[in-house]
Amino acid sequence: MIKTDVVIIGAGPVGLFAVHQLGIKGLKVEVIDNLDKAGGQCIELYPEKPIYDIPAIPECTGKELTNNLLKQISPFQTNFHYNERVDEVTQDKEYWIVKTNKKKTFIASSIIIAGGVGSFEPRKLALKEADKFEGKSVFYSVKNKDMFENKSISIFGGGDSALDWALELSKTSKITLLHRRNEFRGAPHTLSEIRKLEEKGKVLIKTPCQLTSIDGDKNIKSIEIKYENGKIEKIETDIILSFFGLVMKLGPIAEWGLNMNKKTILVNTNNFQTNKAGIFAVGDICTYPGKLKLILSGFHEVALASVECFKRARPNEKYRFEFTTSSKNIHERLGLEKKDD
Amino acid sequence: MPKITFIENSGNKKTIDIEKGLSVMEGAIQNNIPGIDADCGGSMACATCHVYVEEKWIDKIPKAEEAEVDMVDMAYEPKKNSRLSCQIIIVDELDGLVVTTPEKQT
Repeated sequence: MIKTDVVIIGAGPVGLFAVHQLGIKGLKVEVIDNLDKAGGQCIELYPEKPIYDIPAIPECTGKELTNNLLKQISPFQTNFHYNERVDEVTQDKEYWIVKTNKKKTFIASSIIIAGGVGSFEPRKLALKEADKFEGKSVFYSVKNKDMFENKSISIFGGGDSALDWALELSKTSKITLLHRRNEFRGAPHTLSEIRKLEEKGKVLIKTPCQLTSIDGDKNIKSIEIKYENGKIEKIETDIILSFFGLVMKLGPIAEWGLNMNKKTILVNTNNFQTNKAGIFAVGDICTYPGKLKLILSGFHEVALASVECFKRARPNEKYRFEFTTSSKNIHERLGLEKKDD
Repeated sequence: MPKITFIENSGNKKTIDIEKGLSVMEGAIQNNIPGIDADCGGSMACATCHVYVEEKWIDKIPKAEEAEVDMVDMAYEPKKNSRLSCQIIIVDELDGLVVTTPEKQT
């Protein structure tokens, strides 16, 4: 069991700034995120898109914002638990117990939910029969390349993941790349490499088509695809790899007994606490009258929530508001004490 | 105000007035139309406001930008008449528009 002051769920921009606001108050935090890295939607949905409404930063991309936030919180040496989803939240007197899908357990006086629109998960194939083959012959990511050697692999998708894996796995397997339209949106260089392999007969490209059925018992034997003109084709296939991006799923958050409005959590605007004392919600996942889903709103929300987190973590100390420009305590926590003369 | 009709996958129909200048997605969210999630809030980053546009209206809507077509790849069961409703802006010419929502968005 990991004991800490605050568990932060979500490592998007608001979750990262929560680390800062709690860190300058001297609180210990642990951060959990279902993705394999920090940044949330900023990194997963629009890493290269410029953002123009971060105060005092005229223009920055999602990636730059994330990197700057990581730099800003680097003095606090925070533990990040990536690729983990919080499944269970239970109360033990004044503490909260948090359990993840990887069987890690945390105990903390407060939880800050900065979960955006929920956790990111791969978008599954629409075809229902795909479910029973998932993890055996239908995959949404490649974790261990060895499993994909000397096979007939049908890869669905038109983006970089589909193209990159078609290229890589064509070294050891027979690849068919399938996409719903003729244009691919992956990197032009990768595409031209694949077109070369197609000319050599090493990769088959089938467009514009969609998957209509999967045939097999334990393992897949073949798939059927339908072209836009109605023509149907059967393709011998051992493995389906599908790359249709990520979707956001609220997931277990809905079961923690919090007052919700659709997919958002109701909070008060004094300290962004939910209906459960010690559980806070900030950023896109929280709602209150006038709520705007802006990164800057999330920064404000977490600053206020962190004060209440302090009071809960240090019930015998008085909270003193301090400025980062002048506070010796904060400078020490930021590792600046030597410059303080 | 232009009237827009949403047909659910189950066949249920609902017609609402949407103010000019709003997107079909915004109109749907404000009127609690089921079947439109709009997780990303209209930044063209999620494909969960996906709709099928009735054939006769397709040419009356400005063609999808490349970024939208790329995003439609990610939608649940995209078809030729698939659009992201956050990118359809209501104008007088779209009075009477009919769109169908997919079985689900993710």
